[in-house]
Amino acid sequence: MKEKILEILSEIRPEFDFENSTDFIGEGMLDSFDIVSLVASLDEEFGISIDGTEILPENFSDVDSIYHLLIKNGVTK
Amino acid sequence: MIKINLIEYFENTVDLFPDKIAIVDSTSQITFDQLRQKAKLIATHITKETNAINKPVAIYLPKANETLASFIGTLYSGNCYTPLDTKNPLPRIEAILRALHPACIITNDKYITQLKELNLDFPIINLDELEKGEDVDEKFNYIKCIDTDPAYILHTSGSTGVPKGVVISHLSIIDYINWVVDTFDITENEKVGNQTPFIFDMSTLDIYLMIFKGATLYLIPEQKFIFPATLLDYINENKINFIFWVPSVYVNIANLKLFTSIKIPTVKKVLYGGEVMPPKHLNYWIRNLNKNVIYGNMYGPTEITGTCVYHIVSDTVDEDESLPIGKPCRNTDILVLNEKDELCQVGEKGELCVRGSSLALGYWNNLEKTNAVFVQNPLNNAVPERIYRTGDIVYLNEKGEYIYIGRKDFQIKLSGYRIDLGEIEHHILSVFDTINAGVFFDKAKNEIVLIYESEKEIPVKDFRLKLTKVLSKHMIPSKYIKMDILPKSTTGKIDRALLNKKINNT
Repeated sequence: MKEKILEILSEIRPEFDFENSTDFIGEGMLDSFDIVSLVASLDEEFGISIDGTEILPENFSDVDSIYHLLIKNGVTK
Repeated sequence: MIKINLIEYFENTVDLFPDKIAIVDSTSQITFDQLRQKAKLIATHITKETNAINKPVAIYLPKANETLASFIGTLYSGNCYTPLDTKNPLPRIEAILRALHPACIITNDKYITQLKELNLDFPIINLDELEKGEDVDEKFNYIKCIDTDPAYILHTSGSTGVPKGVVISHLSIIDYINWVVDTFDITENEKVGNQTPFIFDMSTLDIYLMIFKGATLYLIPEQKFIFPATLLDYINENKINFIFWVPSVYVNIANLKLFTSIKIPTVKKVLYGGEVMPPKHLNYWIRNLNKNVIYGNMYGPTEITGTCVYHIVSDTVDEDESLPIGKPCRNTDILVLNEKDELCQVGEKGELCVRGSSLALGYWNNLEKTNAVFVQNPLNNAVPERIYRTGDIVYLNEKGEYIYIGRKDFQIKLSGYRIDLGEIEHHILSVFDTINAGVFFDKAKNEIVLIYESEKEIPVKDFRLKLTKVLSKHMIPSKYIKMDILPKSTTGKIDRALLNKKINNT
């Protein structure tokens, strides 16, 4: 699952090294457009619907936090 | 006596509300009296350093209290301020500064290093080196100014690669803000939640409601807009009641259906501008906010100071029709001219042109571009009279409202940013000097598309890595299409019309 997350991230902003960052937002790697695209791609790829109230900085700070958000939304594989 | 300078409005407000909070930024807040002290200190330094009057002062700072103190300080010194985007690539900043030739540049410890890298000859004032208790000279040069002198210069995307500096006078801002105050019943009780960057002319309204009426200005941290749920929490925590944001923010909140879990009962006035507001998303707001909230569409390019045509609604709108941009503001006249420069009839499409005190003085140091769009009113043969040709195509409906159709050139709007596709193309062709390419806009997906001619695919990463060094983030194409050979017209130029049709499936 983490590989898929990284793949989606690199499609949105191919110029950044998401694997080795733990602060996507603080480092300015994702802006509001990117978050909209990212959530849409995650919803589509994993067949879920991430709620607007879950779109919070702590759920998008690194690959691990996105992974946990997906687990919370019932993604298993 | 009638006020002729923005500082006269500011002085009046500070005298009325010295201890009221003027601005709240992400780390601190400042009262009107403190703001005046700071602005005067900055003004003293500008005059000491440069002795300039009616010259541009560039402000290279992110959005914060001290940035606004620098704007006001510049006005006290009798000069005009030019905000620069600290997130812009340095070559773009350099191009702007070289064309602007500012009397000085104001910055702080954090940004001075990158500014010095440019090796420019302009004096720099570092706010972190100004001493707090320092004496201020109470004789400020603003008293020498007249109301048609410049107050600010804002830069917009230009087709030749260098942004154009739109010069706005004190008179135009006074004309605009007095209209806003009357139309939206503005008092010191307004708590304005600012979204738009200061390089963007929508922020003029937010800033000057503070300066004219003593409203409190909240500089909402940018991160709140990345995570809209936290934005709504911010509104509630600070009891914001007035917002003027770009439609994409309202659309995002509507798409996420955030009002199901978070309500914002303090908000009374909701304004939008910079791009077209989709009626469906507006209705989501109207259905979920209090009944007495008013919604205002504010149309107008930077060149006419904020807004020239507006449309207020308070009830849900028809989702099958596009919203009108509305009717002219007071003291503004609109002419819709056809290709023969005659006034269009009701229903006939033409170019929207503006007449009034709101017109910019022109583009800084660029007479050619100025004369191309600020022209003699073709309907007036008796005396010289300027109109501004917006390049926007509109028509007038039976109700006397203007309806927006599109552009007559290659300019687009993305998240409120005005972008000339020519500027992007210019930079792409200079960075990738061996390829042939064209830049287009996919209207349905709201994205910038680059089509290039090449035998081999160029990795998207290569494009983006190089382009982030010369273009602002919102100008970088999000889609890259390779073609073996680009379709060309008989003259050998790229067939734009054909490619544009292809992108937009029309």
